[in-house]
Amino acid sequence: MTTQLIGEPVERREDARLLTGRARFIDDIHLPEMLHAAVLRSPHAKARFTRIDASAALALPGVHAVITHEDLGSANAPMPLLNEDPGFIYPRTHQALAPGQVRFVGEAVALVVADSRYLAEDALDLIEVDYVPEPAAVDLAAAAQPGAPLVHDDTESNVACRTADNTGDIESAFAAADFVLREELRPERGAAQPMETRGVVARYDASLEQLTIWDTTQAPVSARGVIADKLGMAEAAVTVIAPDVGGGFGVKIYLVYPEEVLVPFAARMLDRPVKWIEDRREHFIGSNHERLMVHRIEVAATKDGRILGIKDHFLYDSGAYCPYGPINAQCAQAILPGPYKIPAVHSTYEAVYTNTPTVSPYRGAGQPHGNFVTETAMNHVACALGLDAAEIRRRNLVRPEDCPWDSGRIFQGNTPFIHRDSDYPAQLAKALDALDYEGVKRSQPAEREQGIFRGAGIAFFVEGTGISPYEGVEVRVEPTGHVHVTTGYPSQGQGHHTTLAQVVAETLAVAPEQVVVESGRSDRFAWGVGTFASRSAVVGGSAALGAAKAVRARALDLASDELEVAPEDLVLEDGAVHVKGAPQMAVTLGALAYAANPINTLTSGAEPGLRAADYYRSPDGAIASGVHGAVVVVDVATGMVEIETYVVVHDCGVMINPTIVEGQILGGTAQGIGGAFYEKLRFDDDGQPLVTTFMDYLIPTAMEIPSIEIHHMESRCSLNPLGVKGVGEGGAIPAAAAFAGAVEDALEPFGATVRAVPLDPPAILALIEGRAES
Amino acid sequence: MADHGHNVRVTINGEAHEGHVEPRLLLSDFIRHEAGLTGTHVGCEHGVCGACTVLLDGAPVRSCLMFAVQADGASVETVESLANGETLHPLQEAFRREHGLQCGYCTPGILMTLKPFLAANPAPSDADIRQALSGHLCRCTGYQQIVAAVRRAAAMLRGEEP
Repeated sequence: MTTQLIGEPVERREDARLLTGRARFIDDIHLPEMLHAAVLRSPHAKARFTRIDASAALALPGVHAVITHEDLGSANAPMPLLNEDPGFIYPRTHQALAPGQVRFVGEAVALVVADSRYLAEDALDLIEVDYVPEPAAVDLAAAAQPGAPLVHDDTESNVACRTADNTGDIESAFAAADFVLREELRPERGAAQPMETRGVVARYDASLEQLTIWDTTQAPVSARGVIADKLGMAEAAVTVIAPDVGGGFGVKIYLVYPEEVLVPFAARMLDRPVKWIEDRREHFIGSNHERLMVHRIEVAATKDGRILGIKDHFLYDSGAYCPYGPINAQCAQAILPGPYKIPAVHSTYEAVYTNTPTVSPYRGAGQPHGNFVTETAMNHVACALGLDAAEIRRRNLVRPEDCPWDSGRIFQGNTPFIHRDSDYPAQLAKALDALDYEGVKRSQPAEREQGIFRGAGIAFFVEGTGISPYEGVEVRVEPTGHVHVTTGYPSQGQGHHTTLAQVVAETLAVAPEQVVVESGRSDRFAWGVGTFASRSAVVGGSAALGAAKAVRARALDLASDELEVAPEDLVLEDGAVHVKGAPQMAVTLGALAYAANPINTLTSGAEPGLRAADYYRSPDGAIASGVHGAVVVVDVATGMVEIETYVVVHDCGVMINPTIVEGQILGGTAQGIGGAFYEKLRFDDDGQPLVTTFMDYLIPTAMEIPSIEIHHMESRCSLNPLGVKGVGEGGAIPAAAAFAGAVEDALEPFGATVRAVPLDPPAILALIEGRAES
Repeated sequence: MADHGHNVRVTINGEAHEGHVEPRLLLSDFIRHEAGLTGTHVGCEHGVCGACTVLLDGAPVRSCLMFAVQADGASVETVESLANGETLHPLQEAFRREHGLQCGYCTPGILMTLKPFLAANPAPSDADIRQALSGHLCRCTGYQQIVAAVRRAAAMLRGEEP
C-alpha cells in the first residue's frame, strides 16, 4: 500500500529539537576564538560627517578593530537594485557603512569587534563622529512636496519612482457613475518584529581560503552571491547557512543588510570567527519597516452599487533607500480590484524617500495596504448608497462562471492577476453564516438603545502567491534506503521539512522517517532564491513533486532491468519495487540506488545515482483567496475593542498539511490584527524614532487575539501539479479591513468613518467624538 | 586592569555551574554563554517578550532582567530540564501534537512559565490559560494552538490523556 501523506495533519519533524532546547539558532553558535561585534549607528536622521575618531575605542583592552567606510574599499559599493520599476526616477541603494552622510537614525556607521559583546558596546560609546545635522524629510506627504529637504543630495526630488498601471476606460466609467466616493486612506507604518532578531556569524578558514557565514537570512543562496561579490571572492569560496531561524515574515530578506557584509569582512580581516547579534532596539532602527501609504482614491459606482471604476493615487514611504524597488507599492496597486469585476482601474504610485529606516516587504508586501483601501472604500460606497456591506460585495464579485477572469493587473514577479479555481460568492455565504451576520445586524437597534455598540465587518482578500522566480529541489535515494531531499530556500518556522517530506515520501512510497530534508545551505543546494511571498509550497513543493516523480520513474526502469519485468508490470510500494501480483519478486529502493551507481561499469556520459533535481516556476502564480469576518464590541467610554467572533474562510487549494495551514492562517491573522489595532512606529519631526521597545510597539498577546474559526474551501489550483495555492500571508492581508469595518459598523450611530489603521483606543475615541482626521 | 569579577555558583538543572563574572553579566547570558545552555532564548532584553523565562528556585523569572550575580546560590531550571532523555515532558508532547509552535524561538520561555502554572492550576479554563500566556509574545502562532496545547498538557498531566 502507498500511504497517503499529502493532505494529512502529519506532526512536524522540526518540533522535538525546538521543544527540548536542542535547536541551533544564530546566537547558539559558539566557535573557538570567536570575537563579538557591535554596530555604531547614526543618532541623526540626516547628517554629514568627515571624521570618525576611534582612537579611544581602539585603546580599550579587548577591542580588536573598529571598521569604518574607509576600511571597506570595494566592499562598500552600493548594494544591488533587486527590482527594476518602469517608473524609477532615482533608484538609490544602501551601502554597508555610511560614507560621510547618514540618512536615518540607525544607519550603520562603524563596526566594533571585541572579545565580548559587552566590551564591543563599551567601545561604541568611545567613538567620536563629527556629525553636522541637516534638516530631515520625515513626514511622507511633506517629503513628496517640491522644496522638501532632500534625502539624497544628487536628486531634485524625494520622489524615487512614479508608476502608473491603467486598466480599462476610466473616463467612461466615471462619466456613467451615479455616485463618486473620494477620500484619503492611510495604513500606517509597522514592522514584522520576529521574536528572534537578526544575526550573523562568520568564520574565515585561511588554510582552505573558505568563508562560512551563518546568517538569519530568508535567502542564503542569493545572499551568498551578493556577499561574495562585495568581498571580491568566488561564490565557490563562500558558504551561507541559514540555521534555525526564529521567524522572518519578510524582514530577514534584504540582499543584503550591512552586517551580512561587515561581519564576514571582519572575520577575514582578523582571521578570527566573528559574531554579531542584533538587539531589539537595533531591530527597531537597523532593520527594515513596512506599511505607511497615503491613498487618495476615487470610486465610481452606480446607484445599485456596481463599481464602475477606481482611480487611486498614492504615496508610498520608501524610507531612506529603495533597493527592493517599490515592490510593496507594486503589490498594493496590483491587488486594488480585489475579487471584484471592476471594468476600469487607474492607479499611480509615487515612492518617496524619507529620512527613516528603509521599507521592504512584511507579510503581505503591500497587499494589506491595497486590501485595506479597496475593502474600506467598498464599505463607504455601500454606506453612501444605503446598501449593506455584504450586499455590495455580492453584487460585484467575480463569479466561478466568469473564470478565468483577467483583472488586467500585473502582480509581483510579472505575474498576471487572473481569477480562477475559486468561488467567491460561496466564500461570502460561508463567512456570513459563520459570523451570524444577519443576527448581528438584527440585534443592533435594540443593543444600541442599551448602549451596546456591536458591529460586524467583512473583508475579502485575493493574494498573489507562488510567484516567480523558480525554486529547485533535489531528491536522491541512498543505498541505505534513506531519501535525501535538498533545496535552497530555508524555513523560519513554516515546517517546510515536514511538508517536503510528505510530498516526497508519498510519491516514492517510503515512510516519512526515511526522508532526510536539508534546506537553506548554499553548500548543499545553491539554486533558486529564497523564502518569501507565500511561494514555498507552490514553487518548492511542485519542484519536490517533479523530482520525486523522476526518481520514481528511474527506480521503475532500474527495477525493470533487475527483475526482467516490463516497467508497467511493476509497482512501487513500501520502499520497494515489486511485480504486480507477485510481491515476493521485489527490490528495495536502497538496492536500486546501489545498482544505480555501477562504479566499474558505468557508461561514459551516463549519470550515476538514483536521483533527480527539478526546477519549478509558475508563470501565472496561484491566486489564493478568502473572506475574514469580525464581530466586535466597542466600549465607547474607553475606546477599547473586544473581538467577539473572528471567522476566516479561505481557499488555498490542496492543503499538504492542514494543521500547518491553520497555523499559518492563525499567525498571519494575529499579525494583521496587531497592525489593525495596536502596532505603529512613530517618529518625531526630526526623524527620531519614538518606538524602539516592546513597551511602545504593542504586539498583541494571548489576551488580545481572539479564538479564530477557520473554514477551509479547498479548490484545487489548476496551475501547478500539487494543486496548491500559497497560504503564508493571506491571514495578514484582510485583517485590518475586517477589523476596521467592524469598528465602523459598531460606531455607525456616531457617524464614524474609518480612514486609517491602526485603530488604537485614542483613535477610536476620536472617531466617536468626530475628531478623526478627514 | 582591575578585576571587577565576582565568583558565582548557580545550580542549573541540578548541575553546579561556577563562574568568575562581571557584575553586569545578565543571568540570560550566564545561562547561555557561560553554562552553554542555549535552549533559553533572548528576544528583547527588556522584560516584555518572555522568551528568556527560566525558573529561579521554582518561580518563573525573566533571566534578561537579572544579573548572574543575583542568582548566586540559587537553583535555576531551563527548558533543557523538561524532557527525560528522549521522552518529552507532557507539555512538550502536547505542543508538538497541537502545533503549538512554529519557529520555536519563544517556546522555551513559554514552557517554563507553564510548568508551575499547570502544577498550581491542573484544570485551567481557556481564559486562565490566556492569562498565564499573557506575559509572552509569540509572533508566529496567534496563540490559539498554544492554548489548545496547554489544554491537552493539562489533561495529560491529570492522567486523562495518554
